[in-house]
Formats: sequence, C-alpha cells, structure tokens
Amino acid sequence: MLRKIKNQWQYHLMLLPGIIVVLIFSYIPLYGLIIAFEKYNPGLGFHSRWVGFENFKYVFNQPNFIRTIWNTFYIAFFKIIGGIIVPVTFALLLNEVAHNKIKRIFQTIVYLPNFLSWVIMAGILMDVLATDGVVNQFLGIFGIEPISFLGSTAIFPWTMIISDIWKGFGFGTIVYLAALTSIDPGLYEAASVDGANRFKQVLKITLPLLFPTIILMTVLSLGNVLNAGFDQIYNLYSPVVYQSGDIIDTYVYRLGIQQAQYSVGTAIGLFKSVVSCVMVCLSLVLADKVAKYKIF
Amino acid sequence: MVHYKNAGRTAFLIFNYLFLIVTALICLLPFINLLAISFSSSAAVSAGRVTFWPIDFTTMSYQFDLSGGKFLRSISVSIERTILGVAVNLLFMILTAYPLSKTKSKVAGRNLYMTFFVITMLINGGLIPSYLVVVKAGLRNSIWSLIIPGALPVYNMIILMNFMRGLPEEIEEAALIDGASPIQVLIKVLLPILKPALATVGLFCIVGHWNDWFGAMIYIDNPDKYPLQTYLQTMLLNFEQLMQRSGTDYTQLLALMNARTGRAAQLFLGALPIMLIYPFLQKYFTKGLVLGSVKG
Repeated sequence: MLRKIKNQWQYHLMLLPGIIVVLIFSYIPLYGLIIAFEKYNPGLGFHSRWVGFENFKYVFNQPNFIRTIWNTFYIAFFKIIGGIIVPVTFALLLNEVAHNKIKRIFQTIVYLPNFLSWVIMAGILMDVLATDGVVNQFLGIFGIEPISFLGSTAIFPWTMIISDIWKGFGFGTIVYLAALTSIDPGLYEAASVDGANRFKQVLKITLPLLFPTIILMTVLSLGNVLNAGFDQIYNLYSPVVYQSGDIIDTYVYRLGIQQAQYSVGTAIGLFKSVVSCVMVCLSLVLADKVAKYKIF
Repeated sequence: MVHYKNAGRTAFLIFNYLFLIVTALICLLPFINLLAISFSSSAAVSAGRVTFWPIDFTTMSYQFDLSGGKFLRSISVSIERTILGVAVNLLFMILTAYPLSKTKSKVAGRNLYMTFFVITMLINGGLIPSYLVVVKAGLRNSIWSLIIPGALPVYNMIILMNFMRGLPEEIEEAALIDGASPIQVLIKVLLPILKPALATVGLFCIVGHWNDWFGAMIYIDNPDKYPLQTYLQTMLLNFEQLMQRSGTDYTQLLALMNARTGRAAQLFLGALPIMLIYPFLQKYFTKGLVLGSVKG
C-alpha cells in the first residue's frame, strides 16, 4: 500500500546537516587535491599558481621516496597475508572447542587489543620489546642475545607486521567464527556416518564453506596495499629505522604538515589515493564476481 | 556435534588447548607486564626483575601521575570531547540514516543521496587538503576541530540504516496513516525501538573519540588542551622531562619511580575506560557485524 506521506520535505530537511558537513569536510578537500598541481600559497589557497606536474617530478626525484613506497608496500602486503592466515587458523582451532563458555573466554581475550589505541599499544610494546624487556628476557633463557626489535633496520618492518597481526587478529577470528557457526551441523553428522574423521570433515566441509568469507575478507583488504598503518609506525619508529620503516603516510606527515610543504605532500597523497582507489574499485568488482557479494 | 573417543583425537585436543592457551597468553601477558611495572619500584624495574608480578609493591607511580595537573586535565578534555562528539555523531547518524532507509519511491533522490555519502568512503582528499579545510574553517585550536569534520561517520550510519531497514514497515505505516509527519514518526515510534542499534554505533563512536590522538596533534597547538591520547603520545618519549620539571627533587623521586613505571601507570589508566566498556563492546560488536553485512 502506497499512499502520499504528509510532509515529505521533512526527509530532505533531515538529510541537510549530514550533506553540509560531508560537502565541506569531504568534498572540498577532494577539490583541494588541485594544489598538487600548484605551488601552494596560503594567501591564495586552493587557487595558487599552476605548476603542472612539477611537484610530482620533485617528489619522484627525492632519493627517499621510492624507498618509502617499497617499505609501504612490503609492510602492508605481509600485514594483509598474515591478517588472513592467522585469524582463519585460530578460528578453525577455536571451533574445535566443544564448550561454548571456554570458546567465549578465548574470544574475549584475543579481541581486547583491537579496541585500544596505537598510542597505548606502542607504549606497551616499547616496554615489552625493549632490549631489557620481557621478550628479550624470555629469549635469553634460550641463550639468544637481546634483539633490538624497534631499533634494527632489518627487524623493524617485521616487528610492525607481527605486532599489527597480534593487535588485530581477534577481529578476524570473530568474523570467521561467525561464518563457522552458521555451517549446518547436519553436514558433519552425515559425513561422520559415512566414516569421515574430524580432520577430513574440516578439509571437505568446513574449509570449502569458509572459502567465500576468506575471499571476501581478502578482496576487501586489497584497498589497503598502500596503508601500512600510520598510527602504529608513527608511534614506534625513529630516524634510525627510516631506511626500512618510513612509509608514505609518515613521509607525507613530516613533509606536508611538519615542514608545511603542502603542495608536495598533497601530490604524494594524490598518488597514493589514485593507487588505493584503483585497488578498491578492483576489489569491489572482484568481490562481486568471485564471492557474489555486493557491498552497497 | 559428534564426539570421538580415540587416541588421535585426544592428542589433537590436548595440542589444540595448548596452542589456544599460548596464543591467549601472548595477547594477555603484555598487559599484565604493564600492570606489574606500574606497581613496582624503580630499582626493580631498572634491574629487569619485573615480569608479571609487582616487585617492591608501590603506588608511587599512580600518585605521581594523578598529582600532576596535566594528566587529569587531559582526561577531562577527553571526556568532554567524547561526550560532545558522540552526541553529535548520534544526531547526524539518526537524521541521515532515517531518510536513507526509505526506498526511492518514498524519498525522491534517495539513491543519489546514498551515492553522495558512499563516495566519501571510497575516495578522500587525504591529510593535507583536509587539514587546510579545517584550518580555513576556523576550527583550529578549538575542540570542535575534533568533532565537526567527522560529525557523520558514514560506515556506522550505514549500519544504523540497515538496522532501520530490518524493521517491519507496519510499525511506521500505522503512525503515518494517522497523519504523523516523518519527524514525529522518527522521534516517537522509531527511536525507542532503535535503542540497541544506537548503543551499537554509539559504542563504536565512543571508542573512536576516546582513542583518537592524531586530530589534536595537528589541530591543537596548546599541549594543555590535548585530550588524553595525544598527551600520552607526547609522554611516550618525554616522561623523564615531566619528572624533572615536577618540582620534587629528581634524585629523590627516582628512588621511588622512574619513567617506565610512571608511563606504565599512565597507559594503564588510559586503557582502563575501554576495558570497562569492553564487555558491552564485544556483545554489541557481533550484532553490528551481522547488521553491517546485511545487504543495503
């Protein structure tokens, strides 16, 4: 039944505040990307002198910039891979626990770090990973010399990758566990009547049914190939590890905000957005094609 | 679930429990280490004797942190910011989600509005143009710089919208036939039913506001006006200076506590509010996850 609703205009009025805020703080900055092609002058704002691709040329000629892209890609790539393997494994093993209460306790513990800010996590990691911290004390039992987790160029990226997975895998675990509990228990019963043992059941029933969720999560994370985690790295890095730990976002922050090179910073930001946007669009198409999942 | 009683299965279950317990410990022990350090004496911590239990139990670090005015002030800034921010978020989300939960036959242009908001999730102007717009808007050095630009969290708004779509249409229909206007329906009929959904998105907003440290770092110049997380961020590397400038005799103070114990106490206090609301977060999060995945 469709009848004319009184005061239809009220719907549009309700949308107005949201539209205004998004217009000012999301769409105007999009327009502001134009300063990537200008020499920014605070007095002229977004309509400064046009310089074409000058800023891009400048950035790509910086000796450190290519290194920054590589670091970003390297760290983000392994974060994505680990961010799939670890939660899937943990969820599968947790699913073998028959008691729901115990399951919940594990879930609760591994999920907590997710909600704490990187400032707090960084403070904790600086303590735990210090050369005289508990991790090195523990390794010392096995005769391993203290490792400089945050001060060594070779190790720093892996400290970032592993600590990020550590902080975040509880989230993925909950997603996969939700998918696992939705699997029809009748399938397992039928399989065990046919003589399949538990391992075979996981291989032949659980994994294939979990596959669409795994694909979906993978595809959705593709948009992050150039997001190596500003909050984490900014709070944990130091000039000593710039060589392997400086990423695009930290570089843009130092250059763009701290040194007020707005145009150059924006040029890098635009470059990153274009790559990310292509990846997001690609992943949306892939999600639709491979996992039959429409996000909107 | 079918149970097996054979040796292989038992061995697997024992291994499985061991694995789960070790993983859970890896997530939990850093926090226990932090807590132990915060309650230990400086001598014990410097000597590396503190692992998971306080040594020479003392509350000196907490006394020091809580007596310094800046720490408490930053907590009150954070509380103010979180309350204001979440109130604004809820208002904007409710007003936007409600019209968008209608079909385009009921709200002309609905799909166009939706596209307008969704685009901002896919592309953005990046750090520098956004920064320049906030500064240009005159929000610099005001607490509103942390609230207004993100007044409408689009992702949470979509979760809320999906929740509204899940409600049976008859609920509203009756009121509309009686001649109520959309705004009346929203306030009198929908809001009471939406309490669980609002709790879900509200909790996410609380965590977002409480955990944000970067906004204040770039928009607020006066460290006295920093919210807690930004203050903690500056303290990650500068705690020693805080002790030196505290007015008490530094060497005397150092006998009781040091930068590591003092910082540990601060970090624990900073994480405490999140830990307190964590049980609710976890409960509602699973709900939000299910809702968010409903096709929009």
